[in-house]
Amino acid sequence: MTELALRPREWWRRLAAPIDAPLLLLLLLLIAFALLVLSSASPERLASQVFNLAVALLAMRLAAQLPPQRLMYFALPLYLGGLLLLLAVAFFGDVSKGARRWLNLGFMRIQPSEVMKIAMPLMLAWYFQKHEALLRLRDWLAAACILLVPVALIARQPDLGTAVLVLAAGCFVIFLAGLSWKVLALLFFGGLASLPLAWGFLHDYQRQRILTLLNPEADPLGRGFHIIQSTIAVGSGGVLGKGWGNGTQTHLEFLPERHTDFIFAVVSEEFGLLGNSLLLVLYALIIGRCLMIAANAPTLFSRLLAGSIALIFFTYAFVNMGMVSGILPVVGVPLPFVSYGGTALVTLFIGVGILMSIHKHRMLVQK
Amino acid sequence: MRPAEFRNPAQELERFQRRLALVGAFVLVAFFLLFLRFFWLQVVQHESYRTRAEDNRIALVPVVPNRGLIIDRNGAVLANNYSAYTLEIMPDKVADLDALIDELSGVVDIQPRHRKRFRKLLEESRNFESLPIRSRLSDEEVARFIAQRFRFPGVEVKARLFRHYPNGALAAHALGYIGRVNDRDLATIEKNDAEDNYRGTEHFGKAGLEQKYEFALHGQSGFEQVEVDAGGHAVRVLERTPPAAGSNLVLTLDLKLQQVAEKAFGSRRGALVAIEPSTGGILALVSMPAYDPNLFVDGINPQDWEALNSSADKPLVNRALNGAYPPGSTFKPFMALAALETGRRTPQQAISDPGFFTFGGHTFRDDKAGGHGLVDMYKSIVQSCDTYYYMLANDMGIDAIAAFMGPLGFGSRTGIDIEGESEGVLPSPAWKRKRFRKPEQQKWYAGETISIGIGQGYNAYTPIQLAQATAAIASGGVLYRPHLVKYVENIVTGERTPVEPQPLRVLPFKPANLAVIRQAMVGVNREGTGARAFAGAEYVAAGKTGTAQVFSLKGGKYEHGRVHERLRDHALFIAFAPAEEPRIALAVLVENGGFGAQSAAPIARQVLDYYLLGKVPGGAAAEDEETGEDD
Repeated sequence: MTELALRPREWWRRLAAPIDAPLLLLLLLLIAFALLVLSSASPERLASQVFNLAVALLAMRLAAQLPPQRLMYFALPLYLGGLLLLLAVAFFGDVSKGARRWLNLGFMRIQPSEVMKIAMPLMLAWYFQKHEALLRLRDWLAAACILLVPVALIARQPDLGTAVLVLAAGCFVIFLAGLSWKVLALLFFGGLASLPLAWGFLHDYQRQRILTLLNPEADPLGRGFHIIQSTIAVGSGGVLGKGWGNGTQTHLEFLPERHTDFIFAVVSEEFGLLGNSLLLVLYALIIGRCLMIAANAPTLFSRLLAGSIALIFFTYAFVNMGMVSGILPVVGVPLPFVSYGGTALVTLFIGVGILMSIHKHRMLVQK
Repeated sequence: MRPAEFRNPAQELERFQRRLALVGAFVLVAFFLLFLRFFWLQVVQHESYRTRAEDNRIALVPVVPNRGLIIDRNGAVLANNYSAYTLEIMPDKVADLDALIDELSGVVDIQPRHRKRFRKLLEESRNFESLPIRSRLSDEEVARFIAQRFRFPGVEVKARLFRHYPNGALAAHALGYIGRVNDRDLATIEKNDAEDNYRGTEHFGKAGLEQKYEFALHGQSGFEQVEVDAGGHAVRVLERTPPAAGSNLVLTLDLKLQQVAEKAFGSRRGALVAIEPSTGGILALVSMPAYDPNLFVDGINPQDWEALNSSADKPLVNRALNGAYPPGSTFKPFMALAALETGRRTPQQAISDPGFFTFGGHTFRDDKAGGHGLVDMYKSIVQSCDTYYYMLANDMGIDAIAAFMGPLGFGSRTGIDIEGESEGVLPSPAWKRKRFRKPEQQKWYAGETISIGIGQGYNAYTPIQLAQATAAIASGGVLYRPHLVKYVENIVTGERTPVEPQPLRVLPFKPANLAVIRQAMVGVNREGTGARAFAGAEYVAAGKTGTAQVFSLKGGKYEHGRVHERLRDHALFIAFAPAEEPRIALAVLVENGGFGAQSAAPIARQVLDYYLLGKVPGGAAAEDEETGEDD
């Protein structure tokens, strides 16, 4: 009897071994809220999102099992592979909706820029780890190249949203690796000064998005429609919201993409400032927990990786909420862990898994 | 770079953690900024966004009331409504109209003329109005569209009521027609402070009764608060104030009589007005040729419009109200009455007619060569002696004639309940001074008075004026305002607002004088110029024939067959019956019909036969082929 009773407990112990309970708990709270919102915004997608979650949790568990040292081996191949795919896209990619983002492999179409979201911090963290002993100017320059080449390729597709995310992920690693404040200040002001130049490189539709953000009412039925309608959804929610399932902007189809990129507008409309504050608090706690994991990570590689993953979560959340509430231009960034969609969810949970692995192995090196 | 030959892990970790702490602070600050943004939108600006969300969601849709029916005195329907599906586009919800219409044409039949009409409507439209691209969709088209509705945001199928005139062109000039609201109509609506009531209304009375009684026929619009989605589709009705249907018009017009009268005209042009002498109620109002008012209801298409507008027969002109014609000899009974009333003649006083009258070196001819011999008043009317009236006019003078004819309604609008009536011309020195510019033209010459006596010269009256004056003689001197509407029936309350007989004035004619005129007019139909047309009539009808010159023949004798059709004389006839207790008085005009006895009197006979005896004639009133002896 005891043998039989012990087995499932043992099995459970092993399953839960690499899991970080506080982080998972916070995420499950967030996801419960997300499913509640989705069941209002698009109830027919609920089942499929539950399935996506199952897959994502499995991916998380698998990633959590990989020790950070093992992850280092993936860094270079994943990065180079991703880079090659991006080049392939640039030359042979499929054009869809005016952008060349997809690579048709015959049996499936893949979006290589998605790979870079993880490959980039991994690669840079690996690079800094490798050159840990001596970080000279040329190392920083090399890091800049590692970062900027793929970002440029993605931006050219054009896919500004992903380019911003990848760039942010890389910058976080470089910042956390200890680039001196002087250089940071130099880069900051240099970047500011070169903004007009960057404007020249933008596609027309990208410029339009920025102009639309500045004055959405100029074209209320065309480009301004999304921003105006989502801002109305947010504003009309008030403090307590209109209640679950009662959002008129949501249910009368004034909101575009209400289950994916604009799901935050649904939260705002139906749950009001209260719901938004709940989301902000949950994100802050999740990111805080991730930063704690980074702070306690044993190696430079794992520190940098954990820190940058934490900041990727932040970037997703900030850019998405800023876009929906009308302070950032509309770029295709989902609300992390909340928006409907499998790919992003799996990518995010792999990140969570990596963090858990780092946390699990925090003592191993010192021992 | 600072040399880092000796790594200090603890220092590095510390630096990393410092930066992490910075990052954490940054995250908090960024989230706080977001929170401020949310606070701004959801608390400070909440009221404004709430309103905008409501505006998005709720559309106040006017519900157009059913237009009132138009019904004849016996209950026959002259104008009603039927419901049909229209395909409508809300232009302000559509970015590319042309592309949308192209796509729509794959689902329903859309012809270039539909596009053209839509473009025209778009130019004339008010804001946020939905405009029809197609009307009268078939059931199959409706089904096809509904199945693919999702492809067409801003497009909707609507069930609408359309005006229908079941009798086509019959009584068209009395009914008039409705058409889509245009700028002029909008000005009328604004002037009447009816903008709210007309918010959803698309049609407006343009002519005839439809125009005159527009506000009664329209009714009171209702409103629906409708929840709409982003595509502009109504999702559900939140609140509804039902409309109140427009009032029905019940007419004095007798549809069957109208039918008989129009048929009697056949293909001839002209007008007929039949009036109930005791009330002024119009029994028949004919203007031929007419048009089909149904053509106008949904916007007339350019070809039809062109055809109606450029036709030499001018079917759009209401001849009964707008055609001004010299009355010819139908003027004589009124002249005779004037002579009696002013004491210029007694009935027995006779003249000797040589066949002409000379004044100031000019010879005025009588139609009968050699003259009528000894002519008293009775004979002057029965045989239509011109010389008698040349002399009478000369004796009375223009001022006395004008002073007598004016109160009979000649030369002024009758006040019938249709817009746009003409005044006609009651000639007088005062009129001439007003009418002409040059001093020599402004002067009234005594010679001009002579032909006034036989209804020629400057005389020009509308058929309705002639009918009104005839009815005044029939009613013993009461001049009623002619009217088409008997009562307006509010179908919600059931309340009827009758149009009371409105005597414009009671003329103090001596009954004895009226009797003389009546007797002479009876004589016309018994033994005079109307005798052939009224042979065998089972009632006693008073009448008078008339012929009005269109073209002046210098010296030569007028020969009917040899003059171009459009230059032939107009034929006229006035009548009332039964002579002792008249129930109907009428005036008939046949353009270029020649002698009144020939073409106008038979029409009057058919109308009277139907109205008094219920006889329905076989076809158009036959023209009497023999040339009238005199007129």
